Amino acid sequence: MNILTLFVVIPTLTIAGILFTKDLKQSRMVSAIGMTLQLILSAVLVYLYISERQAGNMAPMLFTFDALWIPSLNIHYAVGVDGISVAMIALTGVVVFAGIFASWKMEFLSREFFISLILLATGVFGFFISLDLFTMFLFYEIAVIPMYLLIGIWGSGPKEYSAMKLTLMLMGGSALLMVGILGIYFYSAPAGSPLTFNVLEIAKHQIPIEMQRFLFPFTFIGFGILGALFPFHTWSPDGHASAPTAVSMLHAGVLMKLGGYGAFRVAIYLMPEAAHEQAWIFIILTSISVVYGAFGAIFQKDLKYINAYSSVSHCGLVLFAVLMMNQSAFTGAVIQMISHGLMTALFFALIGMIYGRTHTRMINEMGGLMKVIPFLGVVYVIAGLASLGLPGFSGFVAEMTIFFGAYEHVDTFHRVATIVAVSSIVITAVYILRVVGTLLMGPITDKHFLHLEDANWYERLSTITLVLGITFIGMAPFWLSDMIHFSLAPLMAKLATIHLPGM
Amino acid sequence: MSSYAYTLLIPLIPFFVFVCVGMAEDKLKGKLGGLIGTAGLGIATFLSYYTAFKYFVADHVAGTGYTSLKAFELTWLHLTDKLTINLGILIDPISVMMLVVITTVSFMVHIYSLGYMEGERGFARFYAFLSLFSFSMLGLVLATNLFQMYIFWELVGVSSFLLIGYYYEKPSAFSAAKKAFIVTRFADLGFLIGILILSFNTGTFDFKELTNPHGVAIASMGGAAFMGLSVITWALIFIFIGGAGKSAMFPLHIWLPDAMEGPTPVSALIHAATMVVAGVYLVARLFPVYALGGPDALHVVAWVGGFTSLFAAVIATTQTDIKRVLAFSTMSQIGYMMLSLGVSGYGGEEGLGFMASNFHLFTHAMFKALLFLGAGAVIHAVHSNDMNEMGGLRKYLPITHMTFLIACLTIAGIPPFSGFFSKDEILAAAFNSNKILFGIEYFVAGLTAFYMFRLYYNIFWGKDRHYHHTPHEAPLVMTIPLMILAFGSVFSGFLPFHNLVTSDGLGFESHIDWMIAIPSILVGVVGIAIATVMYKKETALPDKVAGTFKYMYKWAFHKFYIDEVYLFVTKKIIFNYISRPVAWFDRHIVDGTMNGIAGLVQFASVSIKGLQSGRVQQYAFVFVTGAIALVLIYVYVL
Repeated sequence: MNILTLFVVIPTLTIAGILFTKDLKQSRMVSAIGMTLQLILSAVLVYLYISERQAGNMAPMLFTFDALWIPSLNIHYAVGVDGISVAMIALTGVVVFAGIFASWKMEFLSREFFISLILLATGVFGFFISLDLFTMFLFYEIAVIPMYLLIGIWGSGPKEYSAMKLTLMLMGGSALLMVGILGIYFYSAPAGSPLTFNVLEIAKHQIPIEMQRFLFPFTFIGFGILGALFPFHTWSPDGHASAPTAVSMLHAGVLMKLGGYGAFRVAIYLMPEAAHEQAWIFIILTSISVVYGAFGAIFQKDLKYINAYSSVSHCGLVLFAVLMMNQSAFTGAVIQMISHGLMTALFFALIGMIYGRTHTRMINEMGGLMKVIPFLGVVYVIAGLASLGLPGFSGFVAEMTIFFGAYEHVDTFHRVATIVAVSSIVITAVYILRVVGTLLMGPITDKHFLHLEDANWYERLSTITLVLGITFIGMAPFWLSDMIHFSLAPLMAKLATIHLPGM
Repeated sequence: MSSYAYTLLIPLIPFFVFVCVGMAEDKLKGKLGGLIGTAGLGIATFLSYYTAFKYFVADHVAGTGYTSLKAFELTWLHLTDKLTINLGILIDPISVMMLVVITTVSFMVHIYSLGYMEGERGFARFYAFLSLFSFSMLGLVLATNLFQMYIFWELVGVSSFLLIGYYYEKPSAFSAAKKAFIVTRFADLGFLIGILILSFNTGTFDFKELTNPHGVAIASMGGAAFMGLSVITWALIFIFIGGAGKSAMFPLHIWLPDAMEGPTPVSALIHAATMVVAGVYLVARLFPVYALGGPDALHVVAWVGGFTSLFAAVIATTQTDIKRVLAFSTMSQIGYMMLSLGVSGYGGEEGLGFMASNFHLFTHAMFKALLFLGAGAVIHAVHSNDMNEMGGLRKYLPITHMTFLIACLTIAGIPPFSGFFSKDEILAAAFNSNKILFGIEYFVAGLTAFYMFRLYYNIFWGKDRHYHHTPHEAPLVMTIPLMILAFGSVFSGFLPFHNLVTSDGLGFESHIDWMIAIPSILVGVVGIAIATVMYKKETALPDKVAGTFKYMYKWAFHKFYIDEVYLFVTKKIIFNYISRPVAWFDRHIVDGTMNGIAGLVQFASVSIKGLQSGRVQQYAFVFVTGAIALVLIYVYVL
């Protein structure tokens, strides 16, 4: 079997396995085994990918497999990966693995919980391996739908409201996306050749510029909603705040990346001319996202809200970089996706663990936790430092690559936007240190906190996995960067041939 | 060239110590963590001295200049098509000098802390952070390129943050740490923007290429102008903002006094001798670019330095917390170094200021670390930072007293102590360039002597206070570093800096200009004399003087209310007028629109859902009414 198909098969088998389990112990064990296999498989994929490339395989997509699925519409099950999707798959593998261990004590309807969670993961993996727009869209929906149940059933606070809001807004995005994808389908094929959903086929030809102008906003906003594009980001704070820990981790960690990845792979890749023309509107919106999210985070009191706004800021940077449309910015965008995925998953995991002990997420109700739960405290500080872009962690590499890439544009507009985005490094420091200070430092404010227990083995496993990911990328970014760099070659070649004005 | 490859160990040893001690923190009993840290730094110190000997003496061919060479370099990341981030080790006069400064002070602080931090909770953590700091600072000074410097610049910032916040259970300690981090981060934003502009216009980060006076970088400096200054000048000013933040130059100085919340050895290492001079080092490192590419930026450096030295010295005369007096004194002295760079030219005797600045950096590191460690010994003895709670300590702390006195004489510029020589060079450089700045520095020299002896008399003379227990001299592990640093303070003035550390690597003739030196000694002596009259015995005189200059005193005592201005801007304006409205806007306008759309849909559905009620009578009624209406329309209307 094609190695990529395994990425969908293993989770499906895991789900089937969970169906036969009786209680929490069994279902979490099956999930853990399944997702550990998945993590190993991701590592194997990374290894195979790198060795193929070193062996000189220059094909744009590796490990491709194509099977006709719905002949009448020429829909294929077409899979294949390049460096970017390999990186995203590895990220998903890590986050899902950590997510399972972060929900080790999910007592309520545990079987159903793990099934929904892994179904969500299946959708995400499927999305990243797909080369056919239709199957890509299908997997996208598979990833979004379980979210409603996961928040609505296992959530907290105003969970029905949040679940509904999140689902409706993302469905709104899907509707826009559907228009975009169908438009691409109908207008991309040159006269005489059959209509196709295959990304590689479509990329070979130019979509008529008038159609691009019409379709690009649909596609970009459609994906942008999932990537928390201002002003369509408001599902994110409510949704994250109500979602259970592992769901927040997966959602912010990988699901939001579907937005950035899709915007890059579909909107920019297939419609570069329109992207170039309309980029300015979205650059303004994303620059706002970056700063606005950070300012929004300063004022929040709920840990999850802080992190949700911080995600708006960081994911805004992903879309910002994608719109800059040059090699470094694209590379930075992908690194930022990976980096933010790991960091935010770590944050949500920690927030869940702290909430499980203190039963509050309000920062002003907590204080001095460093003394009682030093392990979680230290990891929180590490996550915070990574988030504010300290060298040695992944965020720094991503941000710097983006900033230097964006600054390559010689006109004032791009430069001003870049400097606006750069200024977020200060604002981020403000809210991160504010949280760290109130939450962990100072004297212990509540005597109930005196006897909290520090992290268990599964919590340590979950957080350490993520911390290792963040530091590995931060210390040795060249691995990731080279992998992405190479995969951008076809797109860069395409951008070079169409001679965009001003580039 | 590769014979310097071993220098890689100098930063790496502290890094491994950090990782090991940091990981095993709770398992290291007693002083083990500290001993490991000290041993690691001892090796790094030895290697640094060996490097200094090798570079300046053994490998040096007489009559030639000192060249810079790369001991090691690897490519870390391809940033853009043109720019790659390299990590490496650059060996040249200033980096070797800084190696000596950092490892000496750091090693002394490591030893001293074995005594000072004894019994503290998190003893091993303290040493892990000290090692992290040493690693970062060494990486910073050895950087081969601007971006590597930025990386370590940030790491230095975070180690400083961690060490200031060492007593994290104390809210004031953490808020000081936070303030330090955020203020310097704000400055680093300037640094980063400066790097963006500079590297884009020159196409390189590499120091060797950037600072080559005949290279492409400096040649292409003209460039487009923006608001009357060339782009490169702007880039250099932005980079200087970064340097000013780390070096606590006005108006980015507000974090330094608060940083005194950290343990005293940390103040000695980070906030006196090493990290705070990083800004000076940064300008020195890029000096050819400043001097040849953007002289206007250099004027900014000079004036900011000059103003800060005066400003800080005035405040220092009024403070009562002994560590804060020293903190303001540090600011003032760094102001001297900046000024000295700012008035310097490039090459030969023109570069007197450059040499003087580095010379002063070196001597200042010795005597300021000594002052802080001495203050630490005093605090250790009386458990207070407030000079009003001290007095008559010279009987109890003889070694501390002697070394402290030496340091005070050194900073006051009394010959033959080292401070005299380095300060004299700075004054000479200022005299050749700008008479106003020269005048300011003369005045500051007097103020310095005054406030240092005010401090000295308040601590060691006057009447005994009510001490909880009889103060006793610190243990040997603390006093030996004091003695070693005192030795350095006395004799480092005789180092031939004008042959070793110069702007273009070539030595030049330098001698003491007595026309400048004698008045400067006199100013120092006058300062000391006034302090002696006012503070040696407790009199009502100081209060009377303070009363005479009531408003000036009050303003200076409150540090000219700069903190309050910042607090106003951050708390009132940013928090209340930006963050709060953003949060409100997000909840009510952006999200309100979304909820509004949902509400609209709901309203529409409520309005029409009655049509699908499932009641047959209603359907029949509608059906019949509709049919009648159609018939009527058909008959009458059409």
